[in-house]
Amino acid sequence: MRDFSYSRARDLSDAYAADGAGRMAIAGGTELLNWFRLGIAAPAQVIDLAGVEDLRGIRSDGQQLSIGALATLAEVGENPEVKAHAAVLAQACVAAASPQVRNRATLGGNPLQKSRCASSRAEEPLPWPCNKRRAGSGCAALEGLNDRHAIFGWTDACVAVQPSDPIVALAALDAQLAIAGPQGRRELAAAALHLTPEEAASEGLDPALAETRLAPGEVITGYRVPIRRGARSAYVKVRERASYEYALVSAAAAIELEDGLISRAAIALGSVALKPWRLTQVEARLAGLPPTREAVLPVLKDAFGDARPLAHNRFKIAMAAGAAARAIVEAAA
Amino acid sequence: MDQTPPGSRLQLTCRVNRQPVAAEVEARTTLLDFLRDRLRLTGVKKGCNEGACGTCTVLVDGKRMNACLTLAIQCEGREITTIEGVGSAEALHPVQQAFIAHDALQCGYCTPGQILSAIACIAEGHATDPDTVREWMSGNICRCSAYPQITAAVLDAARQSGPERHA
Repeated sequence: MRDFSYSRARDLSDAYAADGAGRMAIAGGTELLNWFRLGIAAPAQVIDLAGVEDLRGIRSDGQQLSIGALATLAEVGENPEVKAHAAVLAQACVAAASPQVRNRATLGGNPLQKSRCASSRAEEPLPWPCNKRRAGSGCAALEGLNDRHAIFGWTDACVAVQPSDPIVALAALDAQLAIAGPQGRRELAAAALHLTPEEAASEGLDPALAETRLAPGEVITGYRVPIRRGARSAYVKVRERASYEYALVSAAAAIELEDGLISRAAIALGSVALKPWRLTQVEARLAGLPPTREAVLPVLKDAFGDARPLAHNRFKIAMAAGAAARAIVEAAA
Repeated sequence: MDQTPPGSRLQLTCRVNRQPVAAEVEARTTLLDFLRDRLRLTGVKKGCNEGACGTCTVLVDGKRMNACLTLAIQCEGREITTIEGVGSAEALHPVQQAFIAHDALQCGYCTPGQILSAIACIAEGHATDPDTVREWMSGNICRCSAYPQITAAVLDAARQSGPERHA
């Protein structure tokens, strides 16, 4: 690991110097230290956010939950207000990583982690092409082993998926990110933080390098999660070992019931695209159905008509539809 | 905001195993390398060095963390506990005794991390039944696969010491 200069931000404005390249902000560091080791990043300066009080705390005012960016995944996962009003988020945090990592990793940093694509996440110098690591070099996963990769939103430039669990829950909860930067403060829907390569290309950005809608110097300061009376939610993570593993696919369901039938449903999938994938085209059609697998699965399957599986990941279509159905059933239970 | 250039030494003041420590470190020095190479606390093991195996688990202010994913300088003012600060040859910690009683190790390389993780797991109240222990001890890999014995040892130690006991 190359050495870097180190400073402690005293307030938010100190953090705005972090441009994400030569100057990077550190919170827990569980992801950043591995970027340094692999050569994914080699900043000259690291700015420690740990002392910025504005980024702390988990509060509820009855209308919404406010969660500071420095809240650890462990703190969010065990918080009584989060468990009561946003169970899917608490479950997603506890399903992420290990107890040790969750004691350091923060909710602000977690969605900014990079893909686990084995072709991308290797030590310098990369022996194969990756457009994220060396612009224009190609994508080794496109024609290589791509069972873990995207079925939505990919282009030839990049077929990776975003592995964050909490961002999938936040997307289903219609959470808003609070963002601060040199230009001021703004909010952004959690589901809109990341860009798929397809979206980036359509906006004239580099499809492999434009990963989020954060501008240089902008910091996620926290999250605002609306509290809906009677809402129930659940997170289902399908993986190759029962714990401490990234998802093959995951599903977050946030639903409301009236007389035993679904009256409103929001579903987001994880690890199927480079962003949490909301099933907006079928969510309205879930209303009026009983929250049973038999009732919801045919509707959920219709959300995969435009899926574009790669050579090795066609299984993700059935698996993701099944995970979404299970999330609905568990949310209603 | 004070800033020190790369290569310079930063002042670190913390407590390690209840003893005050003052040292100079580079910004890039991980807590793991600091404990092993500077303080010679080699009970802290380096396995994967990327947060995947848990063998470098230590307690920071009583919470279990991967020392390889923590910069030493991030531990300013913190209390760090390594296996050297748990029990003694004459008076083992109940978790250490339970690991021996249940034969919860073969090669022993992961054991310091397992013990510290188990102490925290019990203190958190997560040592209630085998499934819960397996979930909440999943951050510690054992390549000898002593998992059934580790699970039994953690449950046994939890029964003996109660959730309030701590390192």
